[in-house]
Amino acid sequence: MKTLSLAAGLACLATVAQAEIPIFTVLTYDSFASEWGPGPMIEKGFEATCACDLRFVTAGDGAALLARVQLEGADGAGDVVVGLDTSLTSKAAATGLFAPHGQPAVTGLPIAYDDPLFLPFDWGYFAFVHEKTLMAVPHSFEELAASDLKIIIQDPRSSTPGLGLVLWVKAAYGDRATEIWAGLKDNIVTVTPGWSEAYGMFLEGEADMVLSYTTSPAYHLIAENDDSKAAAVFAEGHYMQVEVSAKLAASHEPALADAFLAYLGSEAAQEVIPTTNWMYPAMTLAKGLPPGFDSLFAPEKSLLLAPEKAGDMRDIAVEEWQNALAQ
Amino acid sequence: MLRLENVKIVQDDFHLSADWAVPEGARLAVIGPSGAGKSTLLMTLAGFIDPVAGRMTWNDKDLGPIPPGKRPLSILFQDQNLFPHLTLSQNLGLGISPRLTLSAEEWDKVHAVLGRVGLDGMGARAPAQLSGGQLGRAALARALLRNRPLLLLDEPFAALGPALKAEMLDLVLETTAETGTTVLMVTHDPNDARRFADLTVLVAEGVAHAPRPTAELFANPPPALAAYLGQ
Amino acid sequence: MAKRLGPIGPALIGFAVVALTLGSAMMTAVQKPDWAFGPADVLALRFTLLQASLSAVISCALAVPLARALARRHFLGRTLLIRLMAAPFLLPVVVAILGLLAVFGRAGPVNQIITAIGVQPMSIFGLHGVVLAHVFLNLPLATRMLLQGWQSIPAERFRLAVTLDMPPSAQFRHLEIPMLRSHLPGALSIVFLLCLTSFAVALTLGGGPGASTLELAIYQALRFEFDLGHAAALALVQFALCFVVALVALRFDENPKFGAGLGREPAIPAPGGLRKILDGLMIFCAAAFLLTPLAAVILRGLPGLGSLPPGLAEALVRSVLIAVASALLAISAALSLAMTVARGTRWLEPVAMLPLAASGLVMGTGLFLAIHPILPPERLALLVTLLVNATMALPFLFRLLLPEARALLADYGRLSDSLGLSGAARLRLVTIPRLARPLGFGAGLAAALSMGDLGVIALFAGERSVTLPLLVQRLMGAYRMEAAAGAALVLVAASFALFWLFDRWGTRHAAA
Repeated sequence: MKTLSLAAGLACLATVAQAEIPIFTVLTYDSFASEWGPGPMIEKGFEATCACDLRFVTAGDGAALLARVQLEGADGAGDVVVGLDTSLTSKAAATGLFAPHGQPAVTGLPIAYDDPLFLPFDWGYFAFVHEKTLMAVPHSFEELAASDLKIIIQDPRSSTPGLGLVLWVKAAYGDRATEIWAGLKDNIVTVTPGWSEAYGMFLEGEADMVLSYTTSPAYHLIAENDDSKAAAVFAEGHYMQVEVSAKLAASHEPALADAFLAYLGSEAAQEVIPTTNWMYPAMTLAKGLPPGFDSLFAPEKSLLLAPEKAGDMRDIAVEEWQNALAQ
Repeated sequence: MLRLENVKIVQDDFHLSADWAVPEGARLAVIGPSGAGKSTLLMTLAGFIDPVAGRMTWNDKDLGPIPPGKRPLSILFQDQNLFPHLTLSQNLGLGISPRLTLSAEEWDKVHAVLGRVGLDGMGARAPAQLSGGQLGRAALARALLRNRPLLLLDEPFAALGPALKAEMLDLVLETTAETGTTVLMVTHDPNDARRFADLTVLVAEGVAHAPRPTAELFANPPPALAAYLGQ
Repeated sequence: MAKRLGPIGPALIGFAVVALTLGSAMMTAVQKPDWAFGPADVLALRFTLLQASLSAVISCALAVPLARALARRHFLGRTLLIRLMAAPFLLPVVVAILGLLAVFGRAGPVNQIITAIGVQPMSIFGLHGVVLAHVFLNLPLATRMLLQGWQSIPAERFRLAVTLDMPPSAQFRHLEIPMLRSHLPGALSIVFLLCLTSFAVALTLGGGPGASTLELAIYQALRFEFDLGHAAALALVQFALCFVVALVALRFDENPKFGAGLGREPAIPAPGGLRKILDGLMIFCAAAFLLTPLAAVILRGLPGLGSLPPGLAEALVRSVLIAVASALLAISAALSLAMTVARGTRWLEPVAMLPLAASGLVMGTGLFLAIHPILPPERLALLVTLLVNATMALPFLFRLLLPEARALLADYGRLSDSLGLSGAARLRLVTIPRLARPLGFGAGLAAALSMGDLGVIALFAGERSVTLPLLVQRLMGAYRMEAAAGAALVLVAASFALFWLFDRWGTRHAAA
């Protein structure tokens, strides 16, 4: 009995903080809303103008976020979603749960991207990150496959970078993807469920390279004053991750949702992105990128499958990956 | 009066029937070959085994629906009569209140009974610190505290030496005589029966026979008893 | 009917467990049942069974000599060592993996030694790595379960064996084998089922998609494909497997007929000579295997203690509250079920084991779908977490308590009945004191498991319900590996403190 009343007490605790001003709910992934992510500053900035109480509800990553939106369905409590990526948008659009954002197209991407439902708020390139001391850094998947370097990658079935990687190989090599994967098989030390396990293991010295982002070295440089990490430039180009926000059709506060999406695209919110989400902002910042980002390379070739194509390719690419590695 | 009316006990291929009565205040020995069902008879009376037919009454009250702890009886098992994690006093206190919520006077009573059975001052001890004889005394002391009109003894003193066992039986005799308690005692020793019981029930070949005066029974044993006694 | 279902309270607990496990899977399946299993699913099933069998057999094969050595040897710090060796089971999986990597990984001391003597470095990744990690995580549990078995043999029996001048082998045959026969199936089946639902270990250390488990397939169906029907179908396959294993375990499960002793502390004969050396070696090797990764976790975490985030205290308090509440809930339910099963209501036995096969993800999703139409789920996040954590811990506690409940009933059931001990008084005066040791250990286990569980909170989390494991996850997701290691150390310390407090309560009250 005691435990029951304690439980009830805990449940109440969670509900007391009801404010009179409207509650505005942002569905996002964990690291966006965390203390170190862009969440707190964006919350503060938006609340200063909106006369609302912004609350984050989180899911593990982009894919989990979409699953969460689908779980909630047409009567969900969320107003906007922040953090889907382009490998998910065609599937997200098909759910019919999103409403047009009505915002002008963003200008800060190296490619043209204009979608009535999904509005980019940041972007980056996938890349293999390594210690600068690494000899003979490979400059393509083929070189990597030919080397005896050890890499850690993420599972495309449970993580967005993992999915980005199989789409990267698919976008760069098309029908040769299976062959590339077969060549990479003996380089892959292991496949982790998510980005953080892989990156953690890389930092512990379990592998020579890890699948991450071209912007990862900037974190170490800016936050830790450590310039020992670099991202390998691949000649076939780098696959992009474009992270988007969207307005939910079920939003109870559509006006606030519009205002929020506008705010997220504004200079004030965008300048927070590089050093909190460690991605490129979706606009060209008036004061430029923070120092540290200038030392990063810009790939000569940006790869990105169009959303519908990415949606179609997804299952095939994952299956090829799985068949090549499982043997 | 304890009455067993056409009681039938069946457990797998074991059968036992009984149809007799014992007057209040009697001391009854239950004797017979091992495996015949002496303990089973006591366990049935105590409420741990349900008879398949017949009924058992105490002073015309049906025992059947009464749970073991509420029956007008106390039982001493062959072993495990005391909880090892409770002190002697606490074990005895359970005889007064199963919740062990005793008033000061009731605790005094516990200590008095401890003295009565020769365990003065040992109330704080754990059962593991006692000898076999002392354990028997403690169990008997609790039965005294429970003060039920019927006492069932399932060979609780079987493990004791002859002198100690005789001493314990005397203690039972002495204390139950004061209260007029009816005693049923399982034994396999004819001497115990002769020494202790005015009536004896012979359990053999699936039947618990009606009680007969002990002296008369042993003087003129029926064939089953004669066989058991090796005569 | 009512008679077959047994007493009403425990039956209700049984129904609640069925509702939470099978019911949540059904809730998920309602959307659109999908039984089309692809070749990947079959592959996952095969790998799941293979690694779970290997992990269970090896864990238990090591646990027998280890528990025996610990049971019969007395040395300085023995109690502390036994408590410490339980630690790996209490570690959050991600932390445990990083600890193992620090020791067995490419840059770890084991490989440094190996390469120093000129042998090819070994890789921890692959089937052997998965099994190694599972043995690391589950050997402590199996050992503790068996150790309790040894302690349940009354001292009188060993004394008798010594009097008869039985050599250790004969003792083993006459006293220890009967005990193992009743305790080993439980330990084997629990470790097997635990590994059956393993997800992160198999995936992280498996080395590739060949090492996919059913739980990963469920995760994929649920979070990536959003194919609820397929996820539910896979979850039901997992249930079916659990049931088969539980039934097999039940067939071998019998009561050892020792009878009660006087509650004297068992003094198990400790033969000298070679056996003493072997016992010592066994204990030393196991301690080294189980404790060095733990030491690595501590060493890695220490520097991060300086950069702990401000939200840590709040998350810690929240996690501890949930852990204590779910431990009390779980242990009460387990005790109730164990006593009822011991009295003969057998249907509750497989029911109590059900949560072992339940996928936390499916349970969370089912609850989400059930709660969502009524309330925003994040408001109930903590309550749901508490409930799910308690349910997930139930099988362990039940397994732990059942043999003891049976022994208690066999030894003191009639005495208690004859004295009219019932209800709360019996609980207070007989059941709790007699079962204090497994109750304390079980509650500690439940609390620690709850502390380390990331599970459902990830599905329900609002910004006001961050728990410590979620905080560790978020720190790692934000590149803050050092702070994450520090927070993980705090998490491990808190889990361990909770476990230790409950366990100590148990051993304290198990005196006499």
